[in-house]
Amino acid sequence: MTTTHPRIAEAAAPSGRKTTYREAMREAMREALRSDERVFLMGEDVGRYGGCFGVSLGLLEEFGPERIRDAPLSESAFVGAGIGAALAGMRPIVEIMTVNFSLLALDQILNNAATLLHMSGGQLPVPIVIRMTTGAGRQLAAQHSHSLEGWYAHIPGLRVLAPATLTDARYMLAPALADPDPVLIFEHGTLYNVSGDLPAGAGPVDIDHAAVRRPGTDVTLITYGGSLPKALAAADDLASGGISAEVIDLRTLRPLDDAAVGDSVARTHRAVVVDEGWRTGSLAAEISARLTEQHFYDLDAPVERVCSAEVPIPYARGLEEAALPQVDGIVAAAHRAVGEPVLTGANGTERQPVTGRSG
Amino acid sequence: MTAFTMPSLGADMDEGLLQEWLVSPGERVHKGDVMAVVETDKAAIEVECFESGTVGRLLVEPGTRVPVGTPLALIEDQAVPDERAGVGEAMVSKAPTCATGGQEPATRHQRPAPRRKAARKPEVTPEPALAASRKEPTGEHVHAPPEPSGGADSVIGAGPLVRHLAVLRGVDLTTLHGTGPGGRITRADVEHAQPPLAPKVRASPYARRLAHDLGVDLAAVQGTGDGGAVRAADVRTAMRTLAGGKGPERTDRGPLTGDTLPDAAIRRDSRPEDRTDTMRRAIADLMSRSKREIPHYYLSTTIDLTAADDWLRRINRARTPTDRLVPAALLLKAAAVAAREVPALNGYWQNGEFVPASEINLGIAVSLRQGGLLAPVIHTADTLPPDALMTRLKELVQRARRGRLRGSEMTGATLTVTSLGDQGVEAVFGVIHPPQVALVGFGAVVERPWAAGGMLGVRPVVTATLAADHRATDGAVGARYLTAVDRLLQRPEEL
Amino acid sequence: MTTTRSPRAPRPAARPNRQAAHRLALLESMLRVRRFEERCVELYSAARIRGFMHLYIGEEAVAVGVNEALTDDDALVSTYREHGHALARGVPAEAIMAEMFGKVTGCSRGRGGSMHLFDAGRRFYGGNAIVGGGLPLAAGLALADRMTARNRVTCCFFGDGAFAEGEFHETANLAALWQLPLLLVCENNLYAMGTALARHQAQTDLALRAAAYGMVSWAVDGMDVFAVEDAARRAAEGVRAGTGPHFLEMRTYRFRAHSMYDSDRYRDKAEIEHWKERDPVEGLARRMREAKELTDRARTALEDRLAAEIDAAVEAADKAPEEPVEDLLKYVTSPVEVTRP
Repeated sequence: MTTTHPRIAEAAAPSGRKTTYREAMREAMREALRSDERVFLMGEDVGRYGGCFGVSLGLLEEFGPERIRDAPLSESAFVGAGIGAALAGMRPIVEIMTVNFSLLALDQILNNAATLLHMSGGQLPVPIVIRMTTGAGRQLAAQHSHSLEGWYAHIPGLRVLAPATLTDARYMLAPALADPDPVLIFEHGTLYNVSGDLPAGAGPVDIDHAAVRRPGTDVTLITYGGSLPKALAAADDLASGGISAEVIDLRTLRPLDDAAVGDSVARTHRAVVVDEGWRTGSLAAEISARLTEQHFYDLDAPVERVCSAEVPIPYARGLEEAALPQVDGIVAAAHRAVGEPVLTGANGTERQPVTGRSG
Repeated sequence: MTAFTMPSLGADMDEGLLQEWLVSPGERVHKGDVMAVVETDKAAIEVECFESGTVGRLLVEPGTRVPVGTPLALIEDQAVPDERAGVGEAMVSKAPTCATGGQEPATRHQRPAPRRKAARKPEVTPEPALAASRKEPTGEHVHAPPEPSGGADSVIGAGPLVRHLAVLRGVDLTTLHGTGPGGRITRADVEHAQPPLAPKVRASPYARRLAHDLGVDLAAVQGTGDGGAVRAADVRTAMRTLAGGKGPERTDRGPLTGDTLPDAAIRRDSRPEDRTDTMRRAIADLMSRSKREIPHYYLSTTIDLTAADDWLRRINRARTPTDRLVPAALLLKAAAVAAREVPALNGYWQNGEFVPASEINLGIAVSLRQGGLLAPVIHTADTLPPDALMTRLKELVQRARRGRLRGSEMTGATLTVTSLGDQGVEAVFGVIHPPQVALVGFGAVVERPWAAGGMLGVRPVVTATLAADHRATDGAVGARYLTAVDRLLQRPEEL
Repeated sequence: MTTTRSPRAPRPAARPNRQAAHRLALLESMLRVRRFEERCVELYSAARIRGFMHLYIGEEAVAVGVNEALTDDDALVSTYREHGHALARGVPAEAIMAEMFGKVTGCSRGRGGSMHLFDAGRRFYGGNAIVGGGLPLAAGLALADRMTARNRVTCCFFGDGAFAEGEFHETANLAALWQLPLLLVCENNLYAMGTALARHQAQTDLALRAAAYGMVSWAVDGMDVFAVEDAARRAAEGVRAGTGPHFLEMRTYRFRAHSMYDSDRYRDKAEIEHWKERDPVEGLARRMREAKELTDRARTALEDRLAAEIDAAVEAADKAPEEPVEDLLKYVTSPVEVTRP
């Protein structure tokens, strides 16, 4: 389905090329495939079908079935094969349709990709890139909608990326492929259709650091991936009420850029973490914990978290929307953090129930 | 015989769990000995006794939760008659058995837990030492009240020197455990004692840090955060108020700039003398600035309060003494309403021009017992009925004197009123609190011969004065204001 | 492609070099595994080796025989019962022992232990302790060779237990589908830990089932090192010839318990004794003695040499330093910082 997004913040460059997130990802792969013969794409329906979400459309024609390799529905086997190929010197890009399906390959990702280097005493680096769709918002219900990137961000040995902008979609793949260790790229399903101008001067992006997508002084909204447009919209809303919100796009979920988050919160003294994952044991929890550990004396309010409700993402539109972080909820959380009363009705999203009470 | 009771170990403690007995029946105990361990919501605390004697029956089993005040054990005093020599039996029975001390502020519940070793020390004190110490006038006459006032101090085994020292150092003797003979509190005990811990203020970590950096006493800041938590903005507001009040404009989120810092340190430690000193300095700075910068002019008028007096008497007739409306409430109300009529006196002189205020927030000068002055604020005073004004006034004065003003009560005054009537003076010509532009003064309500309509009579009158900033207004404006106050007070029922 | 299935590996027309020297080498290789593991038991009992330790005793013919078919360029992916595979592959006993002692000189710098022996230089891709977990990895190694047109074999060992895992079936399908140069060696020792084959497989003829994926697939007497070697050589030749993955079911038996924490209650003692009569090591030694290829003196000399080798390994492992704790976080990510554009 098509989800329109107000915009994604980029350095303004009107001279840039018009593109979409999907095309940007495809261009990134095309470039990688052209420049390095060790690179190949493998996954379900990446070839003739053009990718479940159309990301690899047209690549088969250019690069042939050996390098644009349709895999059987065997996540464990083809992800593991990607790992093996990486061990043998290839630079595979493995596409998994959605993060929910990646659980079928979790053994390979955790027990092999993330572990081999250490378990072998440094002998076996695994230079693989695994891309997958994540997130909800398209009424795909509970087996296609979850945001489990936080699970992967838990695992040492992996680098976890979440491109949220056109520039990142276009330019994160190259450094990911250059990384000698496994890199997971999470593409939020609602972002594929985002269109805009790719800044003319945009180049390879830094996958070590978070990005400030909007500067602000009163509260820091920390987010990534599909929640970035929501956080930016919330920042617009807050600005109209006189609250200046800084929006940080984590981009790299592992290793987390503590410094960027901390620097911002040291200035604003309030933090709202927006994470489409479930609250309990979430990435948001990790960020909140780190802020408490590293910036306790900078905090002027408890860290707020805007996360998904603790429920398998439901199908019905109203239910799905209610389950996910929304702009109103982010605005309300920011108001709470800043310490201003939320006008009843205006941004009337209540604080989400704390897990345990809500079950 | 006295009862060893479940102590209150905090204002918020209603009950406690007896965790463990550290004594058994028949055991001799001395005042200050640890008797039992009590578990509160916060911690397990060793509880000592303030009685000497022999432990009688244990009334409560370990593991039992009982309300504060419940007798836990009996202490039989007969067993140690020699220690009681010369001590009135009545005093013994009246003395609190095991309390944290009645004079302690209710919030100061953080009593230091006694070290068991120290607490037990008296028990092994040999008898001869006790006997010898009795000869000392400041010795073991632990229950003999040196002053007729009684109270918690009277149960402490402490001589006058020790008491004096305790007062100087702000140490609550009831929280100490004497290490001298018979559990007597010695000079060293007081010297080693920590002053009572300030109550834990609910504050954000950043606010706490900021308050420390800026030298603001968190306890005096009113929190506006969740559950009354003090946030950084509250600290800044409080600091501005202390430093000379910039008014109610919203600057609570901006970075703190250097020019909002007070010239002098305004750190207020828990020690009263320090607080007085720093406050003195702050007042000195502020008043110097006022007199340096503000060209004051002064007006005065004496107002007949007969109508007000009559009206007050009439409505107070039906009221209990505590509810009775006092003249001050009417004076304040009149001062506030008059400012509505003469808005040129209500606001701030900022950046070379007068900025009228949208609300009339009366700052009320309150003198503190230990010296110094605070000016808490009654917001939108012109809109409050006299009763409400009076209630607010009482609260503010009380809290100001207890050092419990909230941040919002310290900020945003647009016009200040001072009254030295209770000090017996007839007129006060005040110094304006910058950046405000006027200060209204009221003297004592006194009876004076008064001529009205060609007739001479005795009337209650008050002298109202105005100190005003000549940059902002001229005398005529001030005159209009005082005239309005007078007129308003003639129709008290309309106030 | 045609489904080829043969219940027994056909006797090769031309037998490989079965000279006395070769037989002696096979014996030595198997005996090294046997003696090494016997020493491991001692050391484990003395708490010098900790963690899980799975012994290969009884199955030596499989590792040694299969390795005969592999070259140094070929890759080997193994299981957690991999001391034999590693030794046969040429990983020094000292490096393995040091690894089990948790020493920095261990073949995984003390980070792997008994179940995770690695030697990248020998293309020994390790002990994988997730049953079936090495299979997709092996397919990937083979895929890389296939895509880069390197004529190499990737050999993957796994047990009968892995046959129940989806990863085996996914990998078998993928390998056959993509005609990967993969040699799948199933060490069917009849037990998945404590569960007998018939209790975990509906169809216990594993070679038959593997054949269903379109692979060349044979069952082999895993207690006979020659049979193993023959089958492995033929299969490897087939793989090198580009005919896709080959499957070998090695019918073997472990004489000892599953691991050191196993009371071995699920097997009949008589069954164990029965299989011990077919001991691959002593069986070969007996044949060689009968053929007068191995004198008692030679056997003693061999034993002494192996004992000395193992003594040296233990001594070296003992003396080796431990990885400093400061290096705990090493090798979580690659130490080499990539220059990012």
